[in-house]
Amino acid sequence: MLAKRIIPCLDVRDGKVVKGVNFEGIKEVGDPVECAYEYNLQGADEIVFYDITASHEGRGVMLDVVRNTAKKVFVPLTVGGGIATVDDIRETLRAGADKVSVNSQAVKNPQLIKEGADIFGSQCICVGVDAKAVSPNKWTVYINGGRIDMGIDLIDWVKKCEQLGAGEICLNSIDTDGVRGGFDLPMLKAVVDAVSIPVIASGGAGKLGDFAEAFLKTDCSAALAASLFHFKELTVGQVKDDCRSKGINVR
Amino acid sequence: MIAIVDYGAGNIFSVKNALDFLGIESKLTSDISELEAADRIILPGVGAFPAAMEMLKKSGLAETVKAQAKVKPLLGICLGMQLLFDKSYEFEECQGLGLIKGYVDRITDPGLVIPHMGWNKLVYNHESPLFKGLDESYVYFVHSYKAFCEDENLYAYCEYGSRVSAVVGDGKFVYGTQFHPEKSGEAGLAMLRNFASLA
Repeated sequence: MLAKRIIPCLDVRDGKVVKGVNFEGIKEVGDPVECAYEYNLQGADEIVFYDITASHEGRGVMLDVVRNTAKKVFVPLTVGGGIATVDDIRETLRAGADKVSVNSQAVKNPQLIKEGADIFGSQCICVGVDAKAVSPNKWTVYINGGRIDMGIDLIDWVKKCEQLGAGEICLNSIDTDGVRGGFDLPMLKAVVDAVSIPVIASGGAGKLGDFAEAFLKTDCSAALAASLFHFKELTVGQVKDDCRSKGINVR
Repeated sequence: MIAIVDYGAGNIFSVKNALDFLGIESKLTSDISELEAADRIILPGVGAFPAAMEMLKKSGLAETVKAQAKVKPLLGICLGMQLLFDKSYEFEECQGLGLIKGYVDRITDPGLVIPHMGWNKLVYNHESPLFKGLDESYVYFVHSYKAFCEDENLYAYCEYGSRVSAVVGDGKFVYGTQFHPEKSGEAGLAMLRNFASLA
């Protein structure tokens, strides 16, 4: 039986792991290669690097991080942030990433999903989606780190992503991100029901039971968190033990 | 020395990284004489079956891999495993290398999330030297097509809707894994180490 995945995410800026709350108030918390290695030892099923660098130099630093991690961490690696072209995708995969996560650029240019999937295969194109509620059970898609509301309906957008060839959706709720009150279950359930590709829950994990709750109440394939793991409040192993004790299949 | 066949498909650096980490000598190559000189061969691959087969045929590598598989261990990984079979129905019917009897077709069990992406548990069907030292093992899969083969060629499978061929072989030199051993943590590294020690 396929195991539910627990995915730690490392937000990286200029080669350092950083963490902010609600996309604001950023502080540095460590070396990404070392953090990835530590997560691997804890039993992470996958590791996501999210590049929040704005500069061109920063991208090169990010690729070095991926290259160095891929030499000693043998689980899938995903890189997101700032990926705008097919060349960016190629460069990132060649550095050792298994998947890329495209977000704002895919909203601005949906063909990026199709071109990426056609050339490199759907399995390596994850679409990261930031969304926020406008009314109960209705959400719109945001870009630029949750700053700009595109007015696009979330459900229409994820269906379109699937049609264009996305292999996976990483769904981040702006409403619950950084609040630590649990994942946005209504939003998550709506997206899982709308598509037949894997959906990763992101944004809002604040305590041990939040992961199991997402798996018990929705059919999401994976759950992602950043700060909980960075600040060593929880280990991936503790989260998996909790899931296992509740009958959820984890590795 | 293990020759990793470089035919322009997939993330071949991951396989090389894993072998480097294990201290096993390997080389990425598309040179026929290097494949002939190697102790064993790994055929990686990510992407579509017809395109990969086309590249292997055009470069002459298909014939070399077929011939070498009679005299030294060969490991196909993911699409590389699927290519070992007689044929595939990805997009259109397409001939494979024909090293293991069987075919490849889309996963169609109703209600399943596709691709089959993530860690799934191996169920051992026949003994294989690849499994030395392994017990309960989860390994990393990402694919939308699967292989259908005879029981004797199916060394291990996992459950996803129905059985998914996970480790296959011809009983002699040819092995294939649908999952990515190079991305399957300790269990995957152990299998690569076992492959490198095959007689």
